[in-house]
Amino acid sequence: MTALKDAFLSAAVALGLFGPMVGLVTHNAAAGLDLVPNPIAVAVLVAMVFFGRLFMLAWRDRHAGQTRTPNPAIAETLTKAGRYLTPALLVLAIALPFGGSRYYVDLGTLVLTYVMLGWGLNIVVGLAGLLDLGYVAFYAVGAYSYALLAEYFGIGFWICLPLAGILAAFCGILLGFPVLRLRGDYLAIVTLAFGEIIRIILINWVSLTHGPNGISDIPRPTLFGLRFSMDGGEGTFSGFFGIEPETIQRVIFLYYVILALALLTNWVTIRLRRMPLGRAWEALREDEVACRSLGIDVTNTKLSAFAIGAMFGGFAGAFFATRQAFISPESFTFIESATVLAIVVLGGLGSQLGVALAALIMVGGLEMLRELLSWLAAQMDSPFFAGIAGELPTYRMLIFGLALVVMMVLRPRGLIAGRDATATMGAKRTITANLAEPGKG
Amino acid sequence: MAPLLSVSNLTMRFGGLKAVDDLSFQAREGDITAVIGPNGAGKTTVFNCITGFYRPTTGAITLTHTDGRAHALHRLAGHRIASRAKVARTFQNIRLFAGMTALENLLVAQHNTLMAATGFGVLAVLGLGRYRAAEAAGMDKARHWLDATGLTDRADDPAGSLPYGAQRRLEIARAMCIDPVLLCLDEPAAGLNPRESDELNGLLLRIRDGGCSLLLIEHDMGVVMRISDHIVVLDHGKKISDGTPAEVRADPAVIAAYLGEGDEDEVVA
Repeated sequence: MTALKDAFLSAAVALGLFGPMVGLVTHNAAAGLDLVPNPIAVAVLVAMVFFGRLFMLAWRDRHAGQTRTPNPAIAETLTKAGRYLTPALLVLAIALPFGGSRYYVDLGTLVLTYVMLGWGLNIVVGLAGLLDLGYVAFYAVGAYSYALLAEYFGIGFWICLPLAGILAAFCGILLGFPVLRLRGDYLAIVTLAFGEIIRIILINWVSLTHGPNGISDIPRPTLFGLRFSMDGGEGTFSGFFGIEPETIQRVIFLYYVILALALLTNWVTIRLRRMPLGRAWEALREDEVACRSLGIDVTNTKLSAFAIGAMFGGFAGAFFATRQAFISPESFTFIESATVLAIVVLGGLGSQLGVALAALIMVGGLEMLRELLSWLAAQMDSPFFAGIAGELPTYRMLIFGLALVVMMVLRPRGLIAGRDATATMGAKRTITANLAEPGKG
Repeated sequence: MAPLLSVSNLTMRFGGLKAVDDLSFQAREGDITAVIGPNGAGKTTVFNCITGFYRPTTGAITLTHTDGRAHALHRLAGHRIASRAKVARTFQNIRLFAGMTALENLLVAQHNTLMAATGFGVLAVLGLGRYRAAEAAGMDKARHWLDATGLTDRADDPAGSLPYGAQRRLEIARAMCIDPVLLCLDEPAAGLNPRESDELNGLLLRIRDGGCSLLLIEHDMGVVMRISDHIVVLDHGKKISDGTPAEVRADPAVIAAYLGEGDEDEVVA
């Protein structure tokens, strides 16, 4: 009975929320805005909340008294599956352009950019446990480094790439110094501010960065000096190999560039984890006081995490600039930082595979959802759905947000929460996440 | 020959409270020196001053290595006390890296030695240089201390999942991995059962015989009286007795402090 009451209450709250938000749709009419009611959608949503709540309570009743500790056996199985998942994903990533669809190659490039950003931020947040809300600043520094060096000095992409990384790393150290004493929430706020400072500098330093207008005509990268241009003449990719020039050649080339950069990030991170520096990062996340008592220079260790994380952000930024050929401060807003952080948290702090999967879901999944919803809307041809079908694609973010909430409720430590030991005496084992510290900044 | 550790006129104030008041004592090379006293006597404060977690208000703490090099611990930056002066410590409430394995804990402790072999990280990432040999040596040292503390078969288990007594021993093993000349133990026997306590005594004596001096804070009089070579008794931040276990046991001031003559004052402390 209490369950029923509870479900009614939840449904009432849902009605209050969805009533105005979903139930009233504005349409542009001849005489200003028209308000069109949409009762069916509200009824569906409220019913979903009502039955969902009932089901949840029944479920909880049945499982009352059982402690909700993550099952190590499940974690073990997942890790084993992960061993096959990694090569499978890698093969898929390499083979993707052979599918020949421009749409998927573009989407793959976007996903890989976020995978790389996620792996870079994973060093700072996942390994060293320093909550960074301003990671987009390094992405911006990398992008603008390349764009400005190319514009003012005409330097090519492959020389600018390491320079962009170095400049971003330098910015990482610059950010690191003032925040060394801060932890947790305070650290998060200062890094957030740093991200905003960089963006506002880019907007206001008009004489250098062209301000909000951004920088256009950023040169594309070359393959050992071969340009990807449409004229097909001497010194171009198509001219050299004697094939028809097509845009897709450049798109696929860019895809492989970001794939290589992302794999480099991954390789360096995996190597570093087994080195003293990587172990010190993880130790720092676990207990800073103990680190100090063992003679670890906490300052340098933190700065190195900021610098190396920022460097990969810078690489990704330089790639972003060359792919888009146009950048403006609008590309580097807080939402980017939040997305990358969400990828890291959703994937499981410190897990390379988890971050890759999370990026695939967060970026690729969101795109797929758009496709799926449009397709579904097209199927709902009957008059009964008339109210909903047209609106369905606009619920994309709502559904996605709900999916994220559900995912975090089910797996609060992220998709892949275990941690592999970096050195072993005997057989390799995975440490379940409930022992590891998430880090307090 | 200069004593290993010399604390002179150490005073530590927290606002109006004098936690340590003009304390002087010395610890000799090759000794187990115990600092004892009732609750609130300032033992842990002295410890935190020696290991760099507090900066003393006044006074000096000097550590002299056998080669004659002296380190002013009251001036060294926190982490240098472990890396340069080679003073290691454990904590009253165990501070292991709970999510890392026992072995990893011991490797983290060798950070500075191993880091020096990585060539600023770059060479080691590329698989060049002498890092491989350094890591093998590090593993050997870790294996040695795992053996010494009886943790070899738990080497690959996360430190947080070990039983309490094993965590205590692992923390000592971790501290020993920095090759200390002085090991400071903050209540190592707290929460151990009599058998574990006996094993701990054996371990501490072996560490002393291996050439590392010890300084310990302990409540368990059984441990203190059996293994200490030298005892310093504190009460209300002041030294009230200093000598061999037999001398201290017979000192009327110590008996008074422990049997509660100063009960009213203790509430204040």
